[in-house]
Amino acid sequence: MNPSKTATPDTALSELPGYRNDPDGTHPSLNFADYKSTRLRHPKQPLVLLPHMLTEVTGPVLGEGRIGELDNDLTRQHAGEPQGQRIIVHGRLLDGDGRPVPNSLVEIWQANAGGRYRHTGDRWPSPLDPNFDGAGRTLTDSDGRYEFTTIKPGAYPWGNHDNAWRPAHIHFSVFGRAFTQRLVTQMYFPDDPLFFQDPIFNSVPDPAARQRMISRFDMDRTTDHWALGFEFDIVLRGREATPFENDEDEDE
Amino acid sequence: MSTPSQTVGPFLSIVLPWEDGPFVVPDGTPGAVWIRGVVTDGAGEPIPDGLVETWQADPQGRFDHPDDPRGAAPGFRGFGRCPTDPEGNYAILTQLPGAIPGQNGVRQAPHINVSVLARGLLHRVVTRIYFPDNAEANAADPVLATVPEERRGTLLAEPVDGGYRFDVRLQGEGETVFFDV
Repeated sequence: MNPSKTATPDTALSELPGYRNDPDGTHPSLNFADYKSTRLRHPKQPLVLLPHMLTEVTGPVLGEGRIGELDNDLTRQHAGEPQGQRIIVHGRLLDGDGRPVPNSLVEIWQANAGGRYRHTGDRWPSPLDPNFDGAGRTLTDSDGRYEFTTIKPGAYPWGNHDNAWRPAHIHFSVFGRAFTQRLVTQMYFPDDPLFFQDPIFNSVPDPAARQRMISRFDMDRTTDHWALGFEFDIVLRGREATPFENDEDEDE
Repeated sequence: MSTPSQTVGPFLSIVLPWEDGPFVVPDGTPGAVWIRGVVTDGAGEPIPDGLVETWQADPQGRFDHPDDPRGAAPGFRGFGRCPTDPEGNYAILTQLPGAIPGQNGVRQAPHINVSVLARGLLHRVVTRIYFPDNAEANAADPVLATVPEERRGTLLAEPVDGGYRFDVRLQGEGETVFFDV
């Protein structure tokens, strides 16, 4: 008698393919001394390898109920328009094999044109903009595409080191399809003169990987007398190939 | 080629907290328990600007996801999200997960996957919550078995009034076990 006999046997659920590791240098180390806030916040014990099983290859599927009508247009969330350079930020959410991730939640947050966040913890004495919250949400479409209308965030100073300034950036939070694909990153703008001194940008060891956080100026999506276009694709981990059923090797 | 991870920074609360984020199940759901805890740094100081996210199976060990053809109980989202308060506290209301299929026919003990994101974390850290009530299943769990015995306790929730307590220590004495996913 098989005590675990159910409509879907455990074996079918235990052979789901996992997700590939990214090449070394793709992601920052948690211990990165140049970014001072890591000092007391990075684990010192070695991480324990977690095989990808059902909890890891599944993940939250967060649907349309979360999105308000103007959540993808940060310039229309108040009575007036925000100060600053209007921009369109668009791109695709893809997996490591170039496949689109459709119907997936994308959340963004950013500073205003003067580099000030609408947050009680931001003491930078640049004025708040009454017409700008800096919060956006959208779902990718069936081709994995997303689009936001917003304003270009300003650079701002911070206390990490003497005369430290963050390059202009927009924070992105995405889920993909699996717990293993969860990613929070920052989108930067081309040719920012502040990259060289920013420990967060430079925490990514591989210089080629750093470039993948920089959006591309997009003349095709730049709209006459309206907004500059920037394109930013987000690529999540790819999935292992489905294991072959090789019955010849089985002892049955 | 994957996009690199970056820190959430200090201002994640502009958009990431949801009003219903802490409610994996609606308030009043039979069998619902609060899992509460504090997130602390290497000096033992609370982390007031972090985010705790949870992902779990329903009480029958099923997930609300296309890769789990069994599906979860209707209305069971499986996902929880709570920012830490000025004292580093978070709270998630959920139902306890069931046992979950593992590899090679070995069942995993009931567990909840946890991501912690914060300023100073250049990418999330991942841990798991296990429950001491499941001593036998925990002893047979293939993931717990790979964790050094003297550190396994950091993955066990502590039963308290109304639910469980699960603290996360990012660094130092009693450092929580974190996983490489």
